[in-house]
Amino acid sequence: MSFLVNVLEAMLRVSTPLALGSSGEVVTERSGVLNLGIEGTMYAGAFFGFYAAYQTDSRWVGLAVAIAVGALAGALLSFLVVTLGVNQHTAGLGMTIFLIGTSEFVNRAALGTGFGTSLKVETFGVIKPFGLGGIAAQYGMTYVTLLIVVPCLWWMLRHTSLGLAITAVGENPEAADVAGINVKLTRYIALIIGGMLMAAGGAFLTLATLGSFTLDIIAGRGWVCLALVIFGRWGVFRALAGGLLFSFVYALQFRLRLLDAWQGVPFELLLALPYLITIVALVASGRNAKYPGAYLKPYRRA
Amino acid sequence: MSSIRIVARTQSWRNGAVILPLVAVLITLLVTSGAVFAANANPLQVFFEIFIEPFRSRYSFLETLVSATPLFLTGTAVALAFRSGYYNIGAEGQLLVGAIFAAGIGPRLGGVPQIFGILAMVFAGAFGGLVWALIPALLRTRANIDEVVTTLLLNPTATLLVAGLLNGPWRNPVTHFNESERIVAAAEFPILLSRSRINFGFVVAVIVMIIVALVVHRSALGLKMRAAGLSPEGARFNGLAVEGLLLKAALGSGAIAGITGACLVGGIQFRLTEGISGGLGYTGILVATLGGLNILGVAAAGFLLALVNVGASSANRVFGIPAQLSAVISGSLMMITVAVMLFRRYRLVYRKAK
Repeated sequence: MSFLVNVLEAMLRVSTPLALGSSGEVVTERSGVLNLGIEGTMYAGAFFGFYAAYQTDSRWVGLAVAIAVGALAGALLSFLVVTLGVNQHTAGLGMTIFLIGTSEFVNRAALGTGFGTSLKVETFGVIKPFGLGGIAAQYGMTYVTLLIVVPCLWWMLRHTSLGLAITAVGENPEAADVAGINVKLTRYIALIIGGMLMAAGGAFLTLATLGSFTLDIIAGRGWVCLALVIFGRWGVFRALAGGLLFSFVYALQFRLRLLDAWQGVPFELLLALPYLITIVALVASGRNAKYPGAYLKPYRRA
Repeated sequence: MSSIRIVARTQSWRNGAVILPLVAVLITLLVTSGAVFAANANPLQVFFEIFIEPFRSRYSFLETLVSATPLFLTGTAVALAFRSGYYNIGAEGQLLVGAIFAAGIGPRLGGVPQIFGILAMVFAGAFGGLVWALIPALLRTRANIDEVVTTLLLNPTATLLVAGLLNGPWRNPVTHFNESERIVAAAEFPILLSRSRINFGFVVAVIVMIIVALVVHRSALGLKMRAAGLSPEGARFNGLAVEGLLLKAALGSGAIAGITGACLVGGIQFRLTEGISGGLGYTGILVATLGGLNILGVAAAGFLLALVNVGASSANRVFGIPAQLSAVISGSLMMITVAVMLFRRYRLVYRKAK
């Protein structure tokens, strides 16, 4: 019983950055733009959030800086793919390489450490609502993400004029333009919101779970988020469900490693399991997935 | 009112293919000099160290070619796939699995002639890369699953596979380091020039580039692949089996990425190590893009980025500036290049006030 409680408790924690990253990518892709900068944006959020928190001694400043960096990254990518209309795969990957490089450069230059640092910041703590422990003992950011951010995004996408505009420019920008929606501005907003969410997801790792920054901290989580978006067919709740599945497998392998019977299995092979499960889930759900109509297409007025 | 407008060119600007990348490099240097300043170094001195110094010493120049070799290969791998419209972002993973296969066969080639040993290494690498590329390729062509996501997910999986082997069954039995057994002498790629690390891998890279250039630019298959890449619907309408072409491009790309792994094992490391790639597969995407997806361009871009890599570590030794400068330059260069290359198809028109 306590085994299952442990696994479920870890599942919710592990799913938090994935929920933030994948919902950021959902908002972005709904507007018709692919953001392959997600891995780098999460990385920069993790690093600059930590760096700011370390410099100012405030985790709140850290979180705010991470979100601001995410917004900047979203705006920069928008300039490339929305204003200039360049290839989204290349621009996004360039963004990822640039942001990871810049984070590690600043880490080395300003904090003087290369191989992961032992510098620590005070983290956002675990809260136990109504004194409940077990599964309910989670970071505040996890509660905010799962109970407030994701539902609000769902509502925003479905019921607000901004959300409808985002979907409209992603499906049929010509029609949206005729209907009086500013296509480019809407895409900028979607990419900036998306970038903020991704960076916050990265910052969760440094400012809540770890309290420090280590190299390769994101370790492919951004790529997992891309898969979750397709798995979730561009819905935030369905992407979250995929994230919970990934996290469940992740938490399970982590607990199994502690059992004697599993000592002989190299833990890296168990660590690889969640990535493989994600691919399997993608195959099961993503066959002939219906992408947004204007996916990858820059919009230029004729 | 006077204004600047962007206007489409009637013909694409041919000289732009050479001039624009140079412009992109210049803009990148201007932008990244900010980072150099921030790290308390003089950008002129640092860029001199990166771009000029290697041409003044035999060893540094050859070391740049050593560093360029894997970039030639991964750049070619990516260019081949992208040209056909198959977004293989998995060169990193394919390289690693190629390295696993080469490092697996390398210690077991004792007693064979060296030429056979080297060929066995190259084929083992190609096979490993092909296997890793096969899964996403089949998922794309049979079930229409986005290859971008699956190839990306298989990169960390391959990294973990390498780590798992090195911490588990392949841990060096003698030293207990997490590196595999050393390959035998017959499997080693011979050194081409004395007092350097330049080895047969460079020859392999050049041969692969020539073959791919001939296939892409001079064969019917290459023409069909390019047609599929330019417009899959159009190619399909004209009776081309686009899925089959994508599969060929994907597997060819994976095999070349795998050969890169074999070259690193056979010519540099002589065993499998955890950091054997360190992002060369991702840099390959940058090389391919920067090179305009053509092989001469890949050669130029691969050499340029090798200069940046080697130069950034020597600037690190000389000026104490973090070696991660190379990733800052590479990433900026990638974004700036795609933006600047637009001017092949568009131009700025200045309209005077009336």
